[in-house]
Amino acid sequence: MTKISIELKHVSKRYQPASSLFKRKTSSPLVLKDINLMIPTGEFHVFLGQSGCGKSTLLNIIAGFLPKTGGEVLVNGSEVTEPGSDRGVVFQNADAAIFPWLTVEENVGYGLKMQHVSDKDRKPVVERSLNLVGLEEHADKYPYELSGGMKQRVQIARSIANDPSILILDEPFGALDAQTRRTMQNELIDIWQKTGKTILFVTHDIQEAAYLGQKISIFSRSPESHIAITIPVDRPYPRNVYSSENEQLVNTLNQYFEVGGPVK
Amino acid sequence: MKAVRVKNLEESTPITDSVHQAEALGAKAEAGIGTRLKDGFLFVAKRGLLAWVLLLVVWQIAATVMGGSFLPTPLKTLAGAQELIKSGTLQSDLLVSLFRILCGWLIGTIIAVPLGLVIGQFKIVRWLIEPLINFFRFVPAIGFLTLFLLWFGVGEVSKVALIIYATMFPIIINTISGVIAIDPLKIESAQSQGASKFQIFYSVVIPSSVPSIFTGVRLGLGGAIIAIVAAEMLAAQNGIGYLIYTSRLYYRTDWIFVGIFILGFIGFLSDTLLRLFGNVVLKKYGISDSRRTTK
Ligand SMILES: Nc1ncnc2c1ncn2[C@@H]1O[C@H](COP(=O)(O)OP(=O)(O)O)[C@@H](O)[C@H]1O
Ligand SMILES: [Mg+2]
Repeated sequence: MTKISIELKHVSKRYQPASSLFKRKTSSPLVLKDINLMIPTGEFHVFLGQSGCGKSTLLNIIAGFLPKTGGEVLVNGSEVTEPGSDRGVVFQNADAAIFPWLTVEENVGYGLKMQHVSDKDRKPVVERSLNLVGLEEHADKYPYELSGGMKQRVQIARSIANDPSILILDEPFGALDAQTRRTMQNELIDIWQKTGKTILFVTHDIQEAAYLGQKISIFSRSPESHIAITIPVDRPYPRNVYSSENEQLVNTLNQYFEVGGPVK
Repeated sequence: MKAVRVKNLEESTPITDSVHQAEALGAKAEAGIGTRLKDGFLFVAKRGLLAWVLLLVVWQIAATVMGGSFLPTPLKTLAGAQELIKSGTLQSDLLVSLFRILCGWLIGTIIAVPLGLVIGQFKIVRWLIEPLINFFRFVPAIGFLTLFLLWFGVGEVSKVALIIYATMFPIIINTISGVIAIDPLKIESAQSQGASKFQIFYSVVIPSSVPSIFTGVRLGLGGAIIAIVAAEMLAAQNGIGYLIYTSRLYYRTDWIFVGIFILGFIGFLSDTLLRLFGNVVLKKYGISDSRRTTK
């Protein structure tokens, strides 16, 4: 039996409305309703859904940044209660996520330093992580000297350096130009194949989902989003985007993406 | 005209004879003086020196019209300054004021920065202390002068205490806003890399707040200068404030002007030094201008 990396059971989420002395608490709608999913260890899993359907919300719950309203979230068999270095997170907004006062190298070594790993032991890990994303030449630069793609590489490298079991990425390449995006997608596949980590990748771009996902979970529209379908994609990497198989997959994804589920 | 002609000649005969060459050189030199004058003018204007030249001119005219010691001329003021320097008063008053400002400002900074960080970080502390800060920050330091004189005596302590008071508010308020404005993504980044609450405080919250803290420290310096002048006018036997205040007794308006200019210099120089320090030492925290454009 394969090991399960992430398990979601009947997960639901409602954001608490802001309450004040003068305004009675009104209940807001459920953003997520009854999410069920099992992601085996080492899988490249993509969440695909329209903007505002709750993909980031679910990621933030799995990452431990947000409390859930109901259900169970298990990571490697134990309930998620807080963020932890077992779940590396790559945010879309790299400018806000990396530390501008640290060099590339220091950013990547930050997590290990917080774990009291000595300079001597940290160095090779940081070097390896930088090599993995091709940033070894830029180790001593500060973030403001880097391009958008390079900043995302820093985020990926710093997550890898902490050796998480899961890498969570929330629309990480959304702000990049098409060419850089493709390069980064290929690099991510490469890193995934080298490290064997479970990857949870969020996107609202159907083409991106089709290019990356081993399994693609499509979210229904908000509110009360749930996973409409999980589609396995049994095609080798790197994928040919001009093949008829790809066209077929994109068509299927499109169908679910537009209506948030099969027409009943 | 001359330049054009020479240019044409040069174009028509690439191999110029010595006469043409000399003429061409002369023309170039002439144009050079013109552009150099223009460059010089722009150089002076861009650095704000033009404003000072203008001030001097207006001042001179006004002083000539008014006459006497009601408004001394720039030259008379300069002579007054020389007089004060010769007697040693200016130097000693300047040193005394600088010493008070520096002491109060440094101590104020040392107290206010940690206080602001803690108030910003912990909601309970904020609920306890912020209302008081929002009240007392509207009470100018001078309001406390007599009280401080009673409490700390007429010596240096009361003056330094006054500057500490004046320095602290802008620093505390800016530090708090720096801590509160931190991007939650930075905290989450640190959390998902296994950093503890305390580690996040010193390795994320404090460095993120450096630009705001720095702004506060700069404003605090301005507050310190205002406070010390007022204190020296009302309750001191030396210092630039005292110099300005007592010059009135001898009707030496030129000395008053000297004092005013010295105050301007203190403020301008110290702020310039601080900014330089910020741009060089604190650059990576996002203080220099080159960083702001990338944000
Ligand atoms: N902090 C919040 N408070 C209240 N509502 C929120 C908050 N964050 C997101 N939402 C709402 O939850 C829904 C899902 O948002 P999000 O998870 O960001 O969607 P996605 O990432 O799929 O674009 C949206 O309708 C959004 O308005
Ligand atoms: Mg999102």
